[in-house]
Amino acid sequence: MAPAPEPGVIPAQLASPLAGLANRSSEAAAREKVLIRDLSFYYGSFQALHGITAPLYDKCVTAFIGPSGCGKSTLLRVLNRIYELYPGQRASGEVLIDGENILRPGLDLNRLRARIGMVFQKPTPFPMSIFDNVAFGIRLYERLPRSELSDRVEWALRRAALWEEVKDKLKQSGHSLSGGQQQRLCIARAIAVEPEILLLDEPASALDPISTQRIEELIAELKSDYCVVIVTHNMQQAARSSDYTAFMYLGRLVEFDETERLFTRPRDKRTEDYITGRFG
Amino acid sequence: MKPAVIRTLSVPARRRLSSALWAAAAMLCTFGVALILLLVIGYILREGFAALSWSFLTHLPRPVGVPGGGVGNGLVGSGMTVALAALMAFPAGMLVGIYVAVYAYLSLARLLSFLADVLAGVPSIAIGIYAYTLLVAPFGGFSALSASFALAVLMMPLVIRATEGAVRAVPRELREAATALGATDYRVTCKVLLVAARPGIVTGLLLALARVTGETAPLLFTAFGNQFWEFDPTKPMAELPLQIFTYAISPYRDWHRQAWGGALILVTAVFVLSVAARLSFLLLRGRAADGTGP
Repeated sequence: MAPAPEPGVIPAQLASPLAGLANRSSEAAAREKVLIRDLSFYYGSFQALHGITAPLYDKCVTAFIGPSGCGKSTLLRVLNRIYELYPGQRASGEVLIDGENILRPGLDLNRLRARIGMVFQKPTPFPMSIFDNVAFGIRLYERLPRSELSDRVEWALRRAALWEEVKDKLKQSGHSLSGGQQQRLCIARAIAVEPEILLLDEPASALDPISTQRIEELIAELKSDYCVVIVTHNMQQAARSSDYTAFMYLGRLVEFDETERLFTRPRDKRTEDYITGRFG
Repeated sequence: MKPAVIRTLSVPARRRLSSALWAAAAMLCTFGVALILLLVIGYILREGFAALSWSFLTHLPRPVGVPGGGVGNGLVGSGMTVALAALMAFPAGMLVGIYVAVYAYLSLARLLSFLADVLAGVPSIAIGIYAYTLLVAPFGGFSALSASFALAVLMMPLVIRATEGAVRAVPRELREAATALGATDYRVTCKVLLVAARPGIVTGLLLALARVTGETAPLLFTAFGNQFWEFDPTKPMAELPLQIFTYAISPYRDWHRQAWGGALILVTAVFVLSVAARLSFLLLRGRAADGTGP
């Protein structure tokens, strides 16, 4: 394993995309939860990510934006190594979570994934009851008495702002809910295991505007407890709901900065072109 | 002197005409096939009903000339043989199908899938000979068990393919979502993939049953047939398809009648299984959707 870097120190070879962070506050630096270092990713022989380096902060929302195919979802899928379900996909470089390189061989993938929640673009309720959906992840790693399990399920559903809508039909199938409710169910399922990091892959792009708004409110709520990473092709969403924003283009990280600064004073011409709608 | 005609048929009109012609041809073929099916079933119904009676279903066969013979032992034998075959083929075939679907990228899984296709193409009589060589000749006697084995081999590719197809049809995201929670492949497969795939799997299993219920060739030199009641699967056993075969090639009018009766029972059994397959799919899928699922 590579020696863990001192917390909060951005290595010197890193470069211009992160220039905006040069004078970040020490408080922000101390909250660095994840450090992605020189990450490259390959689908077979196609290289989808080129030497990405970026920090992810705890109790913050970091948004990855960029045109389709820029690699933002790919990056997200590296963080819990879900890509390993498929052959021929591999990553090189380092992803340090609390200083531990999670890309190292021999890592317990199930344990890693239990620490990281993930929500997908399409709602993915399991073919079981609402209660069992939320309890699914809990049951994997904890043996709780029935009453404690119920409490935890209720807590997760409340946290996901879904409890009031489903408390009388916990035995019904997750499929009986509307799309927006299903997505909140998936968020409840992900946070029920009390993960440290929450990965959201375009969580609202399949939803109507009202459901989208609820999800965004929820994200704002959740960031007080988690390191939230969201991939979105919706720039307004990124601007509204994130603290940091990373702009990616053609598999490269172009610019990473505090959201407000990236959207108001982008340093890179490509970022400016993208956020002003000149392409993408 | 046709140019005038061609000019009046403008391009869109020609296209409309050819479209109508193809539609008509497709419709004609559909009706033709449906007609053949109806004729076959209708004929079996007409001839078979004459032979049907309670005693036909419950009695042993009688010698030529003695009235009132039945196929009771064949019904029992076929039921037992097919049930035993299902007991062998369902678990094994489902496990292979799951393996192939879940680990589809492994070259071994691809090879298994290919072999299942090859096996599906092997003539059933060849599989009968295989079962004979493996289970009848070495043990010195025909048996229902060897027939079940032959039917199980016939069923295997169908079960494998049905399971594989149903598991593959489960959205990729569902598997990813379960895996992302930290579940092992075993958990993901048992608790999520198989539950989501269950309607398709059950349907496939029932269709596989329907498919082998009427098989005759593999039974000829395995179950062999029996004139009497037999419930011991290690002994030769009466089988409905074999009785139909024997009666149909005999020169006796009464036996012909009984062959039709047997055929009607067999067709009915296959029909019931097919309908059950359809219904179970709709029912299970509906239950999964409205939330009363297990």
